Amino acid sequence: MTDTPDAPLHEPQFALHVEDLTVTYGDIPALWDIDIDIPPGVMAAVVGPNGSGKSTLLKAVLGLVRPVAGHVRLFGRPMRAMRGRVAYVPQRSAVDWDFPASALDVVLMGMYRQIGWLRRPGAVHCTRATEALRQVGLEDYATRQISQLSGGQQQRVFIARALVQEADILMLDEPMAGVDATTEAVIIDLLRDLQAQGRTVIVVHHDLTTLRRYFDWLVMLNRRVVAQGPVAQVYTAENLRRAYGGQLAVIEAADIAETPAP
Amino acid sequence: MSALWDLLQSDIVRTVMLGAATLGGLSGMLGAFAVLRKQSLLGDTLSHAALPGVCIGFLVAGSRDLGAILLGAFASGALAALSVLAIGRLTRLKTDAALGVVLSVFFAVGVVLLTVAQGRGGAAQAGLSTFLFGQAAAILRSDLWIMGGAALAALVLVLALWKEFKLVSFDPDAAAAQGLPVTVIEATMTVMVAIAIVVGLQLVGVILMVALLIAPAAAARQWTGSLGAMVALSAGFGAVAGVTGALVSATARGLSTGPVVVLVASGIVLVSLLLAPRRGLVAQALRRRAMLRQQGDERLLLTVQALAQHHADRDFPAEQGMLDAWHRGPTGAALRRLQVQGLLDPARHPPETTPHWRLTKAGHAEADRLSERDP
Repeated sequence: MTDTPDAPLHEPQFALHVEDLTVTYGDIPALWDIDIDIPPGVMAAVVGPNGSGKSTLLKAVLGLVRPVAGHVRLFGRPMRAMRGRVAYVPQRSAVDWDFPASALDVVLMGMYRQIGWLRRPGAVHCTRATEALRQVGLEDYATRQISQLSGGQQQRVFIARALVQEADILMLDEPMAGVDATTEAVIIDLLRDLQAQGRTVIVVHHDLTTLRRYFDWLVMLNRRVVAQGPVAQVYTAENLRRAYGGQLAVIEAADIAETPAP
Repeated sequence: MSALWDLLQSDIVRTVMLGAATLGGLSGMLGAFAVLRKQSLLGDTLSHAALPGVCIGFLVAGSRDLGAILLGAFASGALAALSVLAIGRLTRLKTDAALGVVLSVFFAVGVVLLTVAQGRGGAAQAGLSTFLFGQAAAILRSDLWIMGGAALAALVLVLALWKEFKLVSFDPDAAAAQGLPVTVIEATMTVMVAIAIVVGLQLVGVILMVALLIAPAAAARQWTGSLGAMVALSAGFGAVAGVTGALVSATARGLSTGPVVVLVASGIVLVSLLLAPRRGLVAQALRRRAMLRQQGDERLLLTVQALAQHHADRDFPAEQGMLDAWHRGPTGAALRRLQVQGLLDPARHPPETTPHWRLTKAGHAEADRLSERDP
């Protein structure tokens, strides 16, 4: 593995290229020898049953967990060389929302890397953070304590924090989990805007009923890659059965989705 | 009051106060981050685990050499922290169990070593056992330099790495995704806490040192919603608790400082938990009462509206006794509140002489709005 920032480009035609990636927690394999290629400019969903390694995939790509084998490239470069061009939205439940901070504080955190060591956020950064809060419909909540926001509003603050990074690739872990309809609509509109600007959006998603409406690229995981490609080709009953096995309720939910999208 | 004045004349007492203030401020500042990172118990383990180091430092140096003792304390604290990490990585024990195991093992070793050291002679005079609960009078002027230096270094680090500490405390994954060296930053915070503990051992002792980390932070969180204010307030509370505790323990011979400091800090926590404006229990109870009262008033208004609709008379005077019966209790106070708000007017309904009430124009509008809100 050559992960130095100046290594020669490898598969630069893909926004995300994952090859032979294996991740284990202790002795339990979370991802087993997976290969994934996601082209630039798509809105991709990563789906699979609980424990199928969806979040682990994002964390391995971002270098938050160390894989035991394989490599990851973003536009042909290792993650270390791409820090400024990738934004990450963790699961909302990953942080303690009782932390003493305002919505604006949290959005500003997205720019800490750009601001640099030993410097403080300036007026420019505050303006951009406020603009991002406006984009997610929370301009009136800038000074609000994050503990006093609803779950959907907290999720939108997280999205705003990703927006200010002006990244080429956005990775979101279950951004639509447990949010209200308004928030889901705001999030999907924003993600579509980003896609229209040529950015690549990769979303860990749990709701099969909205899959075909929201996404144009699909990766189905169950510790291994079950299928990947354009949603229209990959989203089949056969693939769903292979990914979800005997979880009948899920298949039935998916059958509802196979009626034509409005 | 004059007794206090006499105390303040004493050079020793002034030294103790300065030391306690510095230590309280230092541990309050660092404790805020420790509490937000849910590392309170790590502080407890570190301070208990310092005891064997204190004894070994004494045994190696052969005398009460503060440098050797503090170095020993820091080394055994660091070893304990590494043990917790190793247990977490290598076994299936959860962190809280690992912390408990390491704390008790190190502390037990410390107590055994304390007995050994006291058997050697000299230790009793050296007062090694004061490291259990702390002894304010044991502080020397020269110790102030160590405390001051540690506090200054911690302050500079916290100011210089403010936003990194903030992001790593709130969302370490996002920090790592941005490329911040999260492990190094977390280790820096933990080492600073360990240094604060070691510096505080003489004054507060290994058993209760953790209170000086947790209590000021827990109290400060009650009063503010900004990290900056919380850290500053926590440092302030810590300094107050330190000074007060040191002063009180100086008034009585042989009174250990640690417990007194902890009692003062706990008092600050208690007051904060009860009285803080938004998060305090009293404020919460008042808010809940106001909410229940408003809900009751709204229901009452809707009842008057329903009666008016039932009688097809917008000016129908509802008899207060009827409202009492329907709401199973006296409604007079609520009715007068609604009158003050201009939603109800008192009315007469001859030949009855009892009080009656009818909706005003504003009352009708408000009732319509309410029934539209929750149909």
